[in-house]
Amino acid sequence: MTSKTSDTVQPDRSQHDHVHAQPGQAQPGDRLEVSIWRGKRDGGFKQYAVELRENQTVLDIVTEVQRQHEPSLAYRFACRVGVCGSCAMTVNGAPRWTCRTHVNQVIAGNQLTIEPLRHLPVIKDLVCDLAPFFEKWQKAGGTFKPTKSRLDKPEPIDPQSPARKTANAAIECINCAVCYSACDVVGWNNDYVGPAALNRLWTLANDKRHADREQVTDLAFQEGGCASCHSHGNCTRHCPVELSPSQSIAALKKSAIFGLPDVE
Amino acid sequence: MINGRQLYLAQRLSAVLLVPLVLIHLALIIIAVRNGLSAAEILGRTRGSLLWGVFYTLFVLAVAVHVPLGVRNVMTEWTRLQPRVVDAFCLLFCLLLLIAGMRAVFAVV
Repeated sequence: MTSKTSDTVQPDRSQHDHVHAQPGQAQPGDRLEVSIWRGKRDGGFKQYAVELRENQTVLDIVTEVQRQHEPSLAYRFACRVGVCGSCAMTVNGAPRWTCRTHVNQVIAGNQLTIEPLRHLPVIKDLVCDLAPFFEKWQKAGGTFKPTKSRLDKPEPIDPQSPARKTANAAIECINCAVCYSACDVVGWNNDYVGPAALNRLWTLANDKRHADREQVTDLAFQEGGCASCHSHGNCTRHCPVELSPSQSIAALKKSAIFGLPDVE
Repeated sequence: MINGRQLYLAQRLSAVLLVPLVLIHLALIIIAVRNGLSAAEILGRTRGSLLWGVFYTLFVLAVAVHVPLGVRNVMTEWTRLQPRVVDAFCLLFCLLLLIAGMRAVFAVV
């Protein structure tokens, strides 16, 4: 990854560190008061008592509630190891991958509140419909268009070239929608495509194999594009893979004045 | 048709222009007030001055570009008005600032 400039918001690494229980907080064996969202957006919280264990993720809590207390609880997960991003939820007010969030990192006293991601339609309980997120991703122009066919020789790409390094710094997004949920602008501007889509667009701007590279700046500045970003930095603060969509969006804004980066 | 990129550029470049213009304008007001200059004395210095004419014409042009674009962003985010309505309002606002501003420039120069 390229070095990050000092004027961009750095990821909150405490999210990924193992944090031990603070004094005054619940200890293993204590009962946690877990509030879980039930129903759709017009639903409400329901309380469950779950035992706090030594090593326990928020996803473990949700699973225990479903298996022991509430068989009809809907939630989504797949890999359980921070690869797929399916288990993203709002935990004590912040969007997180629940499989990578140790309970001790987030409990306040013995309280834990688990809600669906913000800014997305709720299908049921903790499950959101990610269709609007991906529709905006498409609207932003995030689709790679190749310059060559499978019959051509692959384009040689120098992994040490500045453009490739810049693209690599933003490429690991798995579309978990945590940044989309964390972004206040997404909440108040329905047109805004969101941090993930613009971050993706910035990777295409630095990829010389992308056939529509010349259109990237115009796409970035369409209604609801990068000019709508207020640079709050919540996307970067909450990104579970420590990407910096803020930096990608700032770079797209700069391209309006200085043009796209040289990729040769 | 002006696209989003051009609007963004217009707002940023007009902001860059406004930074020194606003500072000089504020300094001018403070100097004029502290020295107790009368309106007649101020007009006596500005009338026929090409320098102040160019300065305030640039000022008015930059304001007429920058302010309606900012208002457009606020209206887009905070109201449910159609984009065409917002654009029409901001265009009228731009014309109003331009006419009122240039009228003032002609009056003092």
